[in-house]
Amino acid sequence: MKHETLSTILFVVFVAGTLVITFWASRNTKTAADYYAGGRSFSGLQNGLAIGGDYMSAASFLGIAGIIALSGYDGFLYSIGFLVAWLVALLLVAELMRNSGKFTMADVLAFRMRPRPVRTAAGVSTIVVSIFYLLAQMVGAGALVGLLLGVHSEAGKIWTIIAVGLLMIVYVVFGGMKGTTWVQIVKAVLLMTGATLITLLVLGKYGFNLSGLLGEAAEKSGKGAAFLEPGLKYGTEAQGIAGKIDLISLGLALVLGTAGLPHILIRFYTVPTARDARKSVQWGIGIIGVFYLLTLVLGFGAAALVGSKAITAQDKAGNTAAPQLAKAVGELIFGEVGGTILLAVIAAVAFATILAVVAGLTLASSSSFAHDLYAHVFKRGNATERQEVVVARISAFVIGAVAIALSIFAQSLNVAFLVALAFAVAASGNLPAILYSLFWKRFNTSGAVSAIYAGLVSSVVLVIFSPVVSGAPTSMFPDTDFHWFPLSNPGIVSIPIGFLAGYIGTVLSKEFNASKYAEIEVRSLTGVGAEKAAEH
Amino acid sequence: MTTRQHDASIYEEIQAGERFKELRGRFRGWVFPATVAFLVWYVLYVVLSGFARGFMGTKLFGNINVALVFGILQFVSTFLIAWAYSRHAAAKLDPLADELRNEVEEKTAA
Repeated sequence: MKHETLSTILFVVFVAGTLVITFWASRNTKTAADYYAGGRSFSGLQNGLAIGGDYMSAASFLGIAGIIALSGYDGFLYSIGFLVAWLVALLLVAELMRNSGKFTMADVLAFRMRPRPVRTAAGVSTIVVSIFYLLAQMVGAGALVGLLLGVHSEAGKIWTIIAVGLLMIVYVVFGGMKGTTWVQIVKAVLLMTGATLITLLVLGKYGFNLSGLLGEAAEKSGKGAAFLEPGLKYGTEAQGIAGKIDLISLGLALVLGTAGLPHILIRFYTVPTARDARKSVQWGIGIIGVFYLLTLVLGFGAAALVGSKAITAQDKAGNTAAPQLAKAVGELIFGEVGGTILLAVIAAVAFATILAVVAGLTLASSSSFAHDLYAHVFKRGNATERQEVVVARISAFVIGAVAIALSIFAQSLNVAFLVALAFAVAASGNLPAILYSLFWKRFNTSGAVSAIYAGLVSSVVLVIFSPVVSGAPTSMFPDTDFHWFPLSNPGIVSIPIGFLAGYIGTVLSKEFNASKYAEIEVRSLTGVGAEKAAEH
Repeated sequence: MTTRQHDASIYEEIQAGERFKELRGRFRGWVFPATVAFLVWYVLYVVLSGFARGFMGTKLFGNINVALVFGILQFVSTFLIAWAYSRHAAAKLDPLADELRNEVEEKTAA
């Protein structure tokens, strides 16, 4: 049997299983709290797994393993930013947000501000961030399936994007947060199992001698000791000082962006109490941390056992390094059949990974549209729960359809930078607004709106005029050049702009509501009046 | 839920009280320094990765160099801070938060 056939069978099993879960979830989704927050009845461990499933995208599984396989150490640098970022969420955001919010990021921001302008800003930012992220994932999915299933025609890629998009719409429209969470839990378990298995096989091959593995990876890479040091991909010596500042800029966006990503923030509402939110972030940190350590072995393993020539022959960016490694190590240990089976398993896990992440993103953006823009801005808080959920489902469908259309349009462009841009917007606009809301007494509507728009606009504008969009061979539009901003990552400029705009906006306005401030501060720290879990 | 109908003055009363100030102090007194510490530690790592490559490339044993150990230490510090925070929260924050929450709930129920 060919691995493509087996991959397809495994993937169909995954899809069938998740559709059964979605059907079950749809029958148990009645109230708005069920749809938006899964009835707030997931345990800390379940939500921790779902956090892992929501966060560990194909970009981090295949992408980071690929960067390590081709450029060595620098891929590890990326994963460290992704992990350390969770401390911001754990210490400053998760519990306070669970105690004072309801369904969306904007609930916390609008608590003591004028709701309409703040919800408009937060809703716009949520939808923009989620769609950027979604596009990068879906375009990536099209390319990936081509590589893994041997579908190389344009039509094949387009059909893959449509299939991924339709499945994601079904999960979200019917399953809501319950369905989406279970898809993410299943995916996290599959991904961790698959990655652990391959890691053990690779380490076993080297007698569990990490130094030996690293040595062979460095030797096979043809780059020697430099392969195990920073500098082959980010901030190379050839790029000079700008490249090194770009590296720091990327690091800042990664570490500060996570706690401002809307699809991550809504996960804190799915547990009964703030203490469960704390526990779930701790489980999440454990799972994500172990996963990135496994990725380190996968990446260096691919460099040693597959080799950069064979990897770049399949995909220039190295996205197929992990599946190729699965095949190579399987063949070495179990013979040809073993290689085929392991490759099929890892390919199916990669699809599951993509689906779980895009479902989370669609849910976050449609929830924000229905709850923030429709119910509170258009209807001024006069929508019934039923109307809100109907609108949420319709907007999940519409956002999914728009994402499919945009992804098909963008599929021949290099849009991988959109993930870094989503992190930059989250760090520059959303994070300052959230932190000021929770910790700064004086903060007000004008400050919140200024922070979000300034962070959003500065990140997007700087990226448009950066080398990722024009003026370089790897740009989205390589044939034109209108760039003037030297860095690929705007964070080092846009994050201070967001925080500064929030400060200036605040001090320019006299608005201050002492009793609302007392309420959010007491509620966020003690859990008084926090939304309760649904009784089932 | 009847939170929205709570008399807002209860929150102001609690907020002005010594025990709430104690709770806020214990919370901020832990999370603010910890945040500064892990951000400085992380930025130091990124800056050294960009500007001190000779140092990062120093071999310690076998093929294990400073960069790899420094990276692994970022994982270790992240796990340790998460663990230490849960200990601190369970011992110093949760009991006081429960006490204050019960007090507000009793007052608003009466």
